[in-house]
Amino acid sequence: MGADQLLQYLLSGVTTGSIYAIVGIGFNIVYSATGIINFAQGEFLMLGGMIAISLAPVLPLPLAIAAAVLATGLVGVLVQLVFISWLKNPAVLRMIVITIGLSILIREASLHVWDEKVRALPFFSGDETSSIAVLGARISPQILWILGISAVLVAGLTLFLRYTLLGRAMRACASNTTAARLCGIRTSSLVTFSFFLAAAMGALAGCAVSPMTQTQYDMGTSLAVKGFTCAVLGGLGSSTAAVAAGLLVGVLEAASISILPLAYKDVVSLGILLAILFFRPEGLFARRAAGVPGRAG
Amino acid sequence: MARRITIGFIGFLVLAASAFPLFAADAATIKIGAILAVTGPAANLGLPESRTLEMLVEEANKAGGLLGKKIELIVKDSQGNAEKAISFAKQLVEEEEVLAIIGPTTSGESMKLKGYFDENEQILISCAAAETIVNPVAKWVFKTPQMDSFAAVMIFNAMKKMGISRIGAVVSNTGFGQGGKAQLEKLAPENGITLAITEVYDATAGDFTGVLTKVKAQDVQAVVNWSVEPAQSIVPKNMKQMGFDVPIFQSHGFGNIRYAEAAGKAAEGILFPCGRLLVADALPASHPQKKLLSEYKKAYEARFKEDVSTFGGHAYDAFLILSEAVKKAGSTDKVKVRDAIEGLKGLAGTAGIFSFSPKDHNGLTMDSFEMLTVKNGAFALAGK
Repeated sequence: MGADQLLQYLLSGVTTGSIYAIVGIGFNIVYSATGIINFAQGEFLMLGGMIAISLAPVLPLPLAIAAAVLATGLVGVLVQLVFISWLKNPAVLRMIVITIGLSILIREASLHVWDEKVRALPFFSGDETSSIAVLGARISPQILWILGISAVLVAGLTLFLRYTLLGRAMRACASNTTAARLCGIRTSSLVTFSFFLAAAMGALAGCAVSPMTQTQYDMGTSLAVKGFTCAVLGGLGSSTAAVAAGLLVGVLEAASISILPLAYKDVVSLGILLAILFFRPEGLFARRAAGVPGRAG
Repeated sequence: MARRITIGFIGFLVLAASAFPLFAADAATIKIGAILAVTGPAANLGLPESRTLEMLVEEANKAGGLLGKKIELIVKDSQGNAEKAISFAKQLVEEEEVLAIIGPTTSGESMKLKGYFDENEQILISCAAAETIVNPVAKWVFKTPQMDSFAAVMIFNAMKKMGISRIGAVVSNTGFGQGGKAQLEKLAPENGITLAITEVYDATAGDFTGVLTKVKAQDVQAVVNWSVEPAQSIVPKNMKQMGFDVPIFQSHGFGNIRYAEAAGKAAEGILFPCGRLLVADALPASHPQKKLLSEYKKAYEARFKEDVSTFGGHAYDAFLILSEAVKKAGSTDKVKVRDAIEGLKGLAGTAGIFSFSPKDHNGLTMDSFEMLTVKNGAFALAGK
């Protein structure tokens, strides 16, 4: 195999991986604040993409995306207030069932609001056919957008959680809800806020991947599965780890494609996930144990 | 006491009415079932099919129905899922007692239903393309789209004209994709084409650069993509983005302008075999399909405000064949109607001219295809 080809595989891995990574980040926000895995995260992506696509003909693209991010964030708030806020100390299983139910609800509702047609946002720069040469191999400029947006999201989120009062309160709420409440933190509003943030970020991710993957009412599930894989693989709670894991899975899949028939791609990535869950359940890059007993998730 | 009896009697009536809804004047209608992927990944196929049937049945009923009876259409949405298709088929056959079933939309579903319909002696007219649906022939199963093998040969012929001899193929992991793979692999040698690589991909994936890198490494002169999913739009985009500039051929599954629209500029120049519906306006007035194609296109586009697609046409043909057979048989007896379908000759439909026989349950020839391309975002006859 020539160097050109090796590089093309690597870039194709980065292409797929960047999409996984940006999805994976969304899982982390809700998890960081509440210890809940929100299985409706994929639907937030779909909603963001759909709303932006509907607004794109009447608004300039950046405005349409901003409006979609805000609107999806409000849907996140609504979902949390209506379905989740009244639960006191929900069991993990119950939360899983509720969020899966929510994902089905949002999916079917979107089927009625929009329809079954496949849509896509225009490419942020260039068009379907433009590509950028990287040392003899080629890649779509949209991938650079996705990677850039992921980087900004991760950096922003890390700074927010570490240095702002609200961010610190969210972390406190996640590590011990009762203690946080005793310190005077209003934990219920924080959880609502975390859903806003996760939905909004999911929407932004949904807009970023839309030109590549196209947007359809039922796209959420398959994206969420891969995004969740990466979030777990990296170590739940850390967005940097999710991005690293996303790129790793993408590149490993590309490597598997280069030597095995394509059909084995998912076997390779899910096999790695299983191995990680057996031997390093806290995730590849996590410093503290995320799945420790006594904490939901 | 009398009151209790009255209430009990009313209760019994309600129960009876709900248990036997078929009592009311049922003999005056002809029931036709349809199992279509109205939603789900194959919705670009299933929705135009169900819309077409709805339109045709309404028109037929306005014109007095079939044999003087009204037609009742029952559409079930299988979402392209074979398990759902089977349970709907049983429901339609056993509870609704329909005359025949039109559909399913996809090849995978049709293959799952083939055995059930043949064993239970029920008429199935599939709207799916895979060759295996009618080869080997099952006595009770028919299909309206053109054969995969015709499509493969059309593609190979076009390649030969362009001087292409070494190609790669990517197909989706669905019944349709697998059917295409089998025909491409079988027919390539006898057409002088070297199939350097064939890869099967996950139909729901959103990015195919990995597999296309592998195909590119084989130094192929052209790529064939064989699927009915949104992948048909993503594969051409990915190829352009990675600088893989060879001619792209797609299957007859590309016959919905939405796929070309979703691929935007990347769709320009894609070549694919297709029935004449999409280029109806370009046909000479003397062509036997011209009148039917123009009328269907006009009626569909006026009513549903969207471009007509070949898939709706497959449902059109299924309904046409069924109603012609009922008229010819002069009865709604299943055995007589089935025999009548097998005896239909020279019937002009949207996909071509149908001539059935006991050995041929598709009834079309290679002549039913034209090679089309995408030009300035619209379908056009290739090389014209």
